[in-house]
Amino acid sequence: MATMVDIKDVTKTYADGFEALKGASLQIEEGEILALLGPNGAGKTTLISTICGITQQSSGTITVGGHDTQSDYRSARALVGLVPQEINLEPFERVMNTVKFSRGLFGKPRNDALLEDILRRLSLWDKRDNRIMELSGGMKRRVLIAKALSHEPQVLFLDEPTAGVDVELRRDMWEIVEGLKASGVTIILTTHYIEEAEAIADRIGVINKGEILLVEAKDALMTRLGQKELRIELQDPIDDMPEALAARGLLLEDGGCVLSYSYDTSQDRTGIASLIREVSEAGLVLRDLQTRQNSLEDIFVGLVTDREDAA
Amino acid sequence: MNWQAIRAIYVFEMSRFFRTLMQSFVSPVISTSLYFVVFGAAIGSRIDQVEGVSYGAFIVPGLIMLSVMTQAISNASFGIYFPKFIGTIYELLSAPINFLEIVMGYVGAAATKALFIGVVILGTSALFVDLIIQNPLAMLAFLVLTCLSFSLFGFIIGIWAGNFEQLQLIPLLVITPLVFLGGSFYSISMLPPVWQTISFFNPVVYLVSGFRWSFFGLADVPIGLSLLAILGFTLLCLGVIWWIFKTGWRIRA
Repeated sequence: MATMVDIKDVTKTYADGFEALKGASLQIEEGEILALLGPNGAGKTTLISTICGITQQSSGTITVGGHDTQSDYRSARALVGLVPQEINLEPFERVMNTVKFSRGLFGKPRNDALLEDILRRLSLWDKRDNRIMELSGGMKRRVLIAKALSHEPQVLFLDEPTAGVDVELRRDMWEIVEGLKASGVTIILTTHYIEEAEAIADRIGVINKGEILLVEAKDALMTRLGQKELRIELQDPIDDMPEALAARGLLLEDGGCVLSYSYDTSQDRTGIASLIREVSEAGLVLRDLQTRQNSLEDIFVGLVTDREDAA
Repeated sequence: MNWQAIRAIYVFEMSRFFRTLMQSFVSPVISTSLYFVVFGAAIGSRIDQVEGVSYGAFIVPGLIMLSVMTQAISNASFGIYFPKFIGTIYELLSAPINFLEIVMGYVGAAATKALFIGVVILGTSALFVDLIIQNPLAMLAFLVLTCLSFSLFGFIIGIWAGNFEQLQLIPLLVITPLVFLGGSFYSISMLPPVWQTISFFNPVVYLVSGFRWSFFGLADVPIGLSLLAILGFTLLCLGVIWWIFKTGWRIRA
């Protein structure tokens, strides 16, 4: 796949000296969904704003579709659609007018059929003559997406598109994003909802304090960094861990009722079979067994915490 | 040149104007009528003529200038300030357009609205006084240039303003006094010599004088100087706006 967005050593220092981006580099492949994860203030929105031209980088280069975002900004921006984090819409304007405005702003001629298709896909067609202020929060978010799609972008930036929306709408949004991907649009999604990244992203980037800590395929990331936990529920609680089991690094939890064992799924031998045997040899009676895969959230928190500890 | 974008901004801005058409139309008609009642009837009954022109007719160019300048500033400043205020400016900044196209869209719309107001006031004035326009082309040129230059100025104010109070500050505290003291309702020659000298430092004097010349052939300052003043003001505003977009002052975080 070709690189659609190429970010090289981008820094952004604001007038007050705050470094929002510290040499960020990232390549986004054509047709993929990249989720950029990071806590509040990590630099996610600054990075997107810089790519889209809303702010200017202090140093480094960014190209979109091979076009430099500064020296060839017209060609670069023509490829990009942006759905901002805040619901920034003119309240008195009608839905169709504001979508038409966005298309015109990007130099595209009138295309009523296309706009009708976009509004129908986003369940907005019936609301096309409504004023923005008459819409619900979820509908307003859809209008933002419709505006971004109205000029047929090849790259779509979604800056926390499901922040503050209910679960049902969030799942609707995910379906919309999947549909866009199917139509060939490259999608960059910032979020701090881990399950969002887990549900729809092809690759995951983690950004914190202006630095990109990691970019990796979601599945590979979860396999590589994913730890599994085996929880052994005992028939009768114990006061102390048997010596043979303590050497394996087991933890005694829930008032002595549960033995917890963490293991790496990528290793050839997990040691579970021998562990069960040793538990039995220690005279403990098993009541139940559970395994739990580390979530992306655990990985994310681990990455950010490790980096902070190292600093 | 991204003509589609210019058209999109222009149409979007004009739609705001048409949404409040009654307010846009009725307000200048009423205020012009009030000016004629106060200045024309009350004061005009004591001042018969100014340099051979009836006082009622004499104040028409000043009245038009007063409204056109304030309307151009208010429309243009609000036009660009509102997207800043509600956050929709992100669309302008991320679109494949340059500063000139943004300015053409916003300033073009603001100037059109101001021009509309000017024509409405001219039409309303014709109901009260007999008007003869000696140089219609010059009148139109001055009117259009004033609409454009003050819309450019308003655009700068809209970018500079950090809140609604600042948005009103310059029109209220600077422009309105300058227009009232700029010979809108009197001839500069009617003032004592020292005030005449002071008045020539007021740039609005040159605009009102040139505009009045196009009506009656009367001017406080040479017509060429008036033309130079308005062209210079236009270029100055364009230069400032070019610098704003180049540096991102007050628009790019």
